[in-house]
Amino acid sequence: MLTIGHVGRRFAGGVEALRDTSLRLTEGDFVALLGPSGCGKSTLLRLIAGLDQPDDGALTWDGRPPAAGDIGYVFQDATLLPWATAEDNVFLPLRLRGQGRDDAMPQVHAVLRRVGLAGFEKSRPRQLSGGMRMRVSIARALVTRPRLLLMDEPFAALDEFTRHKLQADLLEVWRDAGCTVVFVTHSIYEAAFLARRIVLMTPRPGRIDREITSTLTQSPQTRLDPAYAALVAETTRGMESALQ
Amino acid sequence: MKWAPALFGLLALALWEAAVRIGDVPVYILPGPIAVASAFVADPVGLLQSLASTLFVTFAALLVAAVLGVAMAVGMSASRLAQAAIQPWAVALQVTPLPAIAPLIIIWVGEPFAALVVCATIIAFFPLFANTATGLASPPPELNDLFRLYGASRWRTMALLRLPAALPYFLSGLRISGGLALVGAVVAELVAGTGGFASGLAYRILEASFRLEMPRMFAALFLLALAGILLNFGLGAAGQAILRRRGLA
Repeated sequence: MLTIGHVGRRFAGGVEALRDTSLRLTEGDFVALLGPSGCGKSTLLRLIAGLDQPDDGALTWDGRPPAAGDIGYVFQDATLLPWATAEDNVFLPLRLRGQGRDDAMPQVHAVLRRVGLAGFEKSRPRQLSGGMRMRVSIARALVTRPRLLLMDEPFAALDEFTRHKLQADLLEVWRDAGCTVVFVTHSIYEAAFLARRIVLMTPRPGRIDREITSTLTQSPQTRLDPAYAALVAETTRGMESALQ
Repeated sequence: MKWAPALFGLLALALWEAAVRIGDVPVYILPGPIAVASAFVADPVGLLQSLASTLFVTFAALLVAAVLGVAMAVGMSASRLAQAAIQPWAVALQVTPLPAIAPLIIIWVGEPFAALVVCATIIAFFPLFANTATGLASPPPELNDLFRLYGASRWRTMALLRLPAALPYFLSGLRISGGLALVGAVVAELVAGTGGFASGLAYRILEASFRLEMPRMFAALFLLALAGILLNFGLGAAGQAILRRRGLA
């Protein structure tokens, strides 16, 4: 799907966020980018989204490059329009593509149902809890049926119970939608639970240190599974090595 | 608690009346509230017509300031060149004292009503312009990124993101500018009044002071203060209603 080849990115003031980073994404992947704060995970995500350009290297898409709506993006905060209802927030990407409201609403309501927000279509963000706002944000990213879903620490600000619920729901959505997910996190537990591929990054300048492949079959019992504990241990050892 | 301001006002008026009577203060120095009320009752139509004239200038100036303020803030936020060109002049306009330039404006513009509106607009413009510009820049970078990701044009981003985000800031600026437009209208009327243009409450104040009709002067002053209070509360309440309707309050 996408080949990231020897990418580097430096910012004004001489800060080198990424150096010689290479990664290949294939259709249907669930990749977690794991590393400490400031290691360039979000920068890499922005490069993939086309919101920023690399100073070195290149990103090469297989086949046609992504069009508007082929990439969904979920930020750390829900970043909803505070004046718009849940359905209008989810409708936004379709509206920006020129789709009419009446035409789009069945699709909007379907995706809101999919993320467990049936009955909250007319609610405004301030009337929703933090977890519900994040669900609206995920629905907004999914409404265009993206080929690639980029998620930048989306559950970092949520309490643990809400986070676990949303993680399980995200896996269901990923299996249903069949899209590729790149999930930025600094939680080893989260990466081990969600991802098929855990990519460990070094501190700044960020590089990919190693990759761990998960063979877990995720379910509500996974967190109690010794195989999950072993994966967390392996990832922790890998991360400690990457941090040195 | 709700009635505290009204009760305090009534107490202050009673003390004022008592002080004037006990101290035997001449009416041309300080009239008591009863004398002021009598002056209003003697010519309510004349004073209210003058108030209407001042308010007409105030609202016209507020409208012009709102249109200009929003247009210039949008222009400035859309282009760095426009920002570099506009901002210093907007600040210069804000710091220039109106009484110093009002005579020039009245001479240059010629038509009295238009001249008053120009003067009041100059005072009312800056809060609307500055607040709207701040509001247009207020959406978080993530939302701007989201609009870019979905290929939104600059003007679509303006219409669907930046302008709605600027609404609370604009309404707050409108409330501040409402009071300032009234001040601007009064200052302009005072300057125009000394030049012989007889209109508005400020002119009535000037006229009464020349004739030493202090109760009438105070009646006009009270009307102005009342108009300012109602304008402030009215614009505040309208703003809150709009924000509530938009789910922002």
